Amino acid sequence: MAAHNRFEPDDQTLLDIYRRVALLHANDERARKVIRSGQIAMVYYSYRGQEIIPAALSAVLRDDDYICTIYRGIHDMLAKGFPLDLLWAELAGRTTGSCKGKGGPMHLTYPPKGIMVTTGVVGSSMPIANGLAWGAQVAKTDQVAVATFGDGASNIGAFHEALNLAAVWKLPVIFLCQNNQFAEHTTYAKGTSALRIADRAHGYNIPGVRVDGNDPVAMYAAANEAVARARAGDGPTLIEAVTFRFMGHVFGDADGYIPKDMKAAAMADDPVPKFRARLLADGIATEAQLAEIEAEIEARIDAAVAFALASPLPQPDDLRHDVFAEEILA
Amino acid sequence: MSTETTTAPAPTAAATKPATVTILAALNKALTDAFAEDDKLLALGEDLADPEEGGIVGVTKGLSTRFGDDRVRSTPIAEQAIIGAAIGASLIGYKPVAEIMLMNFTTVAMDMIVNHAAKLRFMSGGQTSVPIVIRTMTGLGYGSGGQHCDYLEAWFAHTPGIKVVAPSTPDDAYGLLRSAIEDPDPVLFIENLPTYRTQVAGALPAADFRVPLGKAAVQREGTDVTVISYARLAGEARAAAEIAAAAGVSAEVVDLRTIAPWDRETVLASARKTGRVLIVHEAVKQFGVGAEIAAVIQEELFGQLKAPVRRLGGAYSAVPYSKPLEAAYAPDRARIAEAITALAG
Repeated sequence: MAAHNRFEPDDQTLLDIYRRVALLHANDERARKVIRSGQIAMVYYSYRGQEIIPAALSAVLRDDDYICTIYRGIHDMLAKGFPLDLLWAELAGRTTGSCKGKGGPMHLTYPPKGIMVTTGVVGSSMPIANGLAWGAQVAKTDQVAVATFGDGASNIGAFHEALNLAAVWKLPVIFLCQNNQFAEHTTYAKGTSALRIADRAHGYNIPGVRVDGNDPVAMYAAANEAVARARAGDGPTLIEAVTFRFMGHVFGDADGYIPKDMKAAAMADDPVPKFRARLLADGIATEAQLAEIEAEIEARIDAAVAFALASPLPQPDDLRHDVFAEEILA
Repeated sequence: MSTETTTAPAPTAAATKPATVTILAALNKALTDAFAEDDKLLALGEDLADPEEGGIVGVTKGLSTRFGDDRVRSTPIAEQAIIGAAIGASLIGYKPVAEIMLMNFTTVAMDMIVNHAAKLRFMSGGQTSVPIVIRTMTGLGYGSGGQHCDYLEAWFAHTPGIKVVAPSTPDDAYGLLRSAIEDPDPVLFIENLPTYRTQVAGALPAADFRVPLGKAAVQREGTDVTVISYARLAGEARAAAEIAAAAGVSAEVVDLRTIAPWDRETVLASARKTGRVLIVHEAVKQFGVGAEIAAVIQEELFGQLKAPVRRLGGAYSAVPYSKPLEAAYAPDRARIAEAITALAG
């Protein structure tokens, strides 16, 4: 474990992070179960294995901070406070979903919690996060914007354009790379020239930090320091949070491209039970407390899934609304 | 208000020189007036601020000095970063006016424009919106070849969620830019490079002057043929109508002004009146805006037309460099007049 520093979480914060981790973990398990059951058909990009990263980040952020996330981003949003019923209704394509069933799992949006954009295009979260940060800078608030993305996105042009502009304009933005070691089916080494994505920050004259994304203490400290820097007006940070994707690229992916021993080792080191055990060992929580948190989450998910499945489906006429502010004439 | 010098009577030697105005001055005044009225307006783009000379043509001259570096910023040459930043700021209540220097460079930012700016309102179920204006200039005439002067409006008109505007007079430039800035949705605002400084009789519009989006203008009334155009070629169409008039053909000239959504009512009313329609644009003819308008006219007015709808457009090639090729590429007033006369005959 790293030496204690002022950016690390206290016990209460660690428990707060675990509440979020437990929610993300349970929701992913449920999503895959619901798809398998045939109750909801959707394109689903599991984040299983990456839960610690957004849980620790969100423990640092405020509701009025902004995030732009990506198609593998439901963990980012739930951690930031996306309401479960609106999430599940959107996944089910219902009018009661946050996006009235028009966005779906890859375009979830919920501005009241600062969840401004979810993109299905690799790399596109970053240029937009800059604009959110520009707005905060002009308004002279101390809000920050976070763009999350995967390791593959650091090879696309938008990453480089966005980091350069953020550095030149000294924007209050955090670029959070969740390095799960695979870009779709391609290994990190086969697609990425840099030994560490964090090293790419040097080219833009901004701080770059590599952290174990599965370690809640280290992850929280890295996020906390970057957010403090942004709030103080000292500009952007690139964080590379190293993690692993347990369920392949997309639901149904047989992940034959992942070396079996690599996957087995990662799953044996599952960050969620490891974090749970740490809370118990360090006396931060009791078994009864954690079990109560987990049971409550299961009940909330039960209610959200039931709400979604009981909600109405949209009508063809809905296509004429929300293209523009004014209705499209039939 | 202004009228074109091409149709104005020549001043006598004794007369004082009439006041003139340019599209460039109208755009600069539109931006200045809009920024003065609304502190949520932002501007960004390459060389846009005054230390960089207020844009390579000077459309944004004076803005950064008057409204400050926070709101008016020159950017790196990075079109995805420019449009991305505009989108992000627009999501939280700002109204950014982004400049993509040349229309061909929108290709570098297509993901941001097409996948994001145009779609976020719909994909979010109306929770967010992207009230940005993307100003861009283009147009042949300077011998700049294949990557600096394309008209690509059809690509954007084919994208639900973004409006497309292309004025051809100083009044329309002012009134449409003000309306575009006030519109709650993204607008691509296309400026014509070769006619920025064309002197037109008249004065700059007052600050409350607006031209609504989605409304065409019947710029010349006629009875035999309807000519539908926009941007620089609307001016060529007006000149062509005078040539045709000398040959005894009465042409009505409709300037679309807004390409998407286009004014079906005005176009169909004129087509119904004349029964003969010619559509003219500088963009490549194949799969162009003219094809959509022609299709709607025949869907709505099939039995009432006196002749098939005709189109004139850019050649099916890259915009060429050499002068004779450039002249052959796009319709001009002589070719438009010829087509009007042929259609009437």
